[in-house]
Amino acid sequence: MGANLFTNYGEAVAMILFGIGFGNLLLQPNLIKKIIGLNIMDTAIYLFLAEKGYIAGRAAPIVTNGVQDMEAYINPIPSGLVLTGIVVSVSVSALMLALTIRLYRRYHTLDLDEISKQLKKEGL
Amino acid sequence: MEFVRNFPCISIMLCLFAGIISSGLRGKTAMWINAALLSVDTVLSAFTLVYTLELGTSFVYVMGRFPAPWGNEIRAGVLESLMALFFCIIMLLSLFGGRHKLVEEVEEGKIYLYYVLTDLLLSSLLALVYTNDMFTAYVFVEINTISACGLIMIRQNGRTIEAAVRYMIMSLLGSGLLLLGLCMLYDLTGHLLMSNMKESVAQIVANGQYTLPLIVSIVLMSVGLCIKSALFPFHAWLPDAYGYSTVSSAAILSSLVSKGYIFLLIKIIYRVIGFDIYHDTRIIDILFLFGLMGMIFGSISAIKENDIRRMIAFSSVAQIGYIYMGFGMGTQAGMVASIFHILSHAATKSLLFIAAIGLTDVSGGSRKFIELTGSGYRSRWAGVAFTVGSLSMVGVPLFSGFISKLLFSQAAVQNHTKMLPALIVLGISTILNAIYFMKTVIRIYTPVGETAYPVMTFRDKPVYAAVLAAFIVLNIILGISSQPVVDMIQQGLAMFS
Repeated sequence: MGANLFTNYGEAVAMILFGIGFGNLLLQPNLIKKIIGLNIMDTAIYLFLAEKGYIAGRAAPIVTNGVQDMEAYINPIPSGLVLTGIVVSVSVSALMLALTIRLYRRYHTLDLDEISKQLKKEGL
Repeated sequence: MEFVRNFPCISIMLCLFAGIISSGLRGKTAMWINAALLSVDTVLSAFTLVYTLELGTSFVYVMGRFPAPWGNEIRAGVLESLMALFFCIIMLLSLFGGRHKLVEEVEEGKIYLYYVLTDLLLSSLLALVYTNDMFTAYVFVEINTISACGLIMIRQNGRTIEAAVRYMIMSLLGSGLLLLGLCMLYDLTGHLLMSNMKESVAQIVANGQYTLPLIVSIVLMSVGLCIKSALFPFHAWLPDAYGYSTVSSAAILSSLVSKGYIFLLIKIIYRVIGFDIYHDTRIIDILFLFGLMGMIFGSISAIKENDIRRMIAFSSVAQIGYIYMGFGMGTQAGMVASIFHILSHAATKSLLFIAAIGLTDVSGGSRKFIELTGSGYRSRWAGVAFTVGSLSMVGVPLFSGFISKLLFSQAAVQNHTKMLPALIVLGISTILNAIYFMKTVIRIYTPVGETAYPVMTFRDKPVYAAVLAAFIVLNIILGISSQPVVDMIQQGLAMFS
């Protein structure tokens, strides 16, 4: 088990990063830190995918010099998934940031718990 | 009839295009495009349903003519088209029922954006229902989240923005877990199409390889979707999001958005992992436990609530608990009961939200119970509709809620180890449901003397009353002639595996 962990250190790092991001998104009261956590979490998944798609000693799947042998190239699908994932995570981050701006303009704080307190006072 | 095979794809595409076109339009045109789109999609789904019923099997629509392991696919069977049909009908009714509030509560000149969001939401729901590709499912899960967030915050006040932020945070945690689980499963199987994944998973299990990674990926996907569908302990965002957003959003969110995720989980259980393998992982015991806890704690929170909209929202937590309890039974009968409850809860909860708004309208806009006293006399349509919804939620015969409770208890009897807790909690939960719903019904029918509040009749809001009537009819149809629907669900589940 330990040996596997060492040879697959890329995946192990990805999982640790995922944990850090997940924890930040869940536990940080500060909205900006939450968004940073979200991005760390998503990026960790891309690292994991990229790590899984890469095969040592092979090249990116672009046919050069007429080499069409499958053995010469890495698996292109994870790279495609990463691209799609990046698009999704960019739009989600943009939305979160927009919401954060709205809240900040209204309550002049980035602390979600503080905002909840102010809302209770407003009694809406 | 071969042409019907194109309908699922066409209905998804129509939604996407309607969303794009509406975003460039102003005024009422967007609303009419949306209404037309929903009607067309209803008809298309109905055709697909009839076609699959006649065909007797499901069919696969290959996107872009790339064959199986490489291309993307849409797959439609009885269950998928039934869900799509139901989603379209409920959405149409919810939008028409809450339209007058939308005009009041949304900033002038921004209403067309609401219809853009609902178009996109419908496209993502239909795609979740029909897709046969896991990564496509993930992408549409995110589209669903984003448009649902828009639906919450379109009514601009501090509460809704805070609710939207909390909703986004929980949803993003859920989709992060889903994506990670999905990537792990992709690494194990080497496929993204559900049918190919299932073959590989069966092979992996037969060879006894990768037991731990497989379980981890199943757990990650299940937990992710549970968080997104607001299973108890993950429901903290729900009462604010449903309670303060505009009424159509509340109806759509509670009856469709969370159900879309649950349907995806059903697809993962049957079409990706395989029911038996999923059953053997013992995750269902955890789902069962949290389902039971949700049923009790959701109802207790609802009893403590003094705000009618938040009370209905907490009741959703309990009802989601029922659905997961059905999953947790680990039998086919439990699954059928859960899927029927998805339909019945969708029909009832949107009815309750829409009826509640009629009651608060004739009580000076207040949602506190003290102000609602006697409102059933001031708005008779809303009063009757709310009563029907409450009776259905409690599980009185003639209404759809009774059938789902009946199916749940039948399923519970079949499972010897889980029979006792399931039946006991079902009983307790029914009593708790009765406490808070009947309390409200008695409250709205308690006569008061002279009040300053206005009286609403059919002539004031004919569309609203017609929508309520349609919801009541839908509820009673589901309650009286439930057998055809249950047969369809069974047939659809048989097509799944």
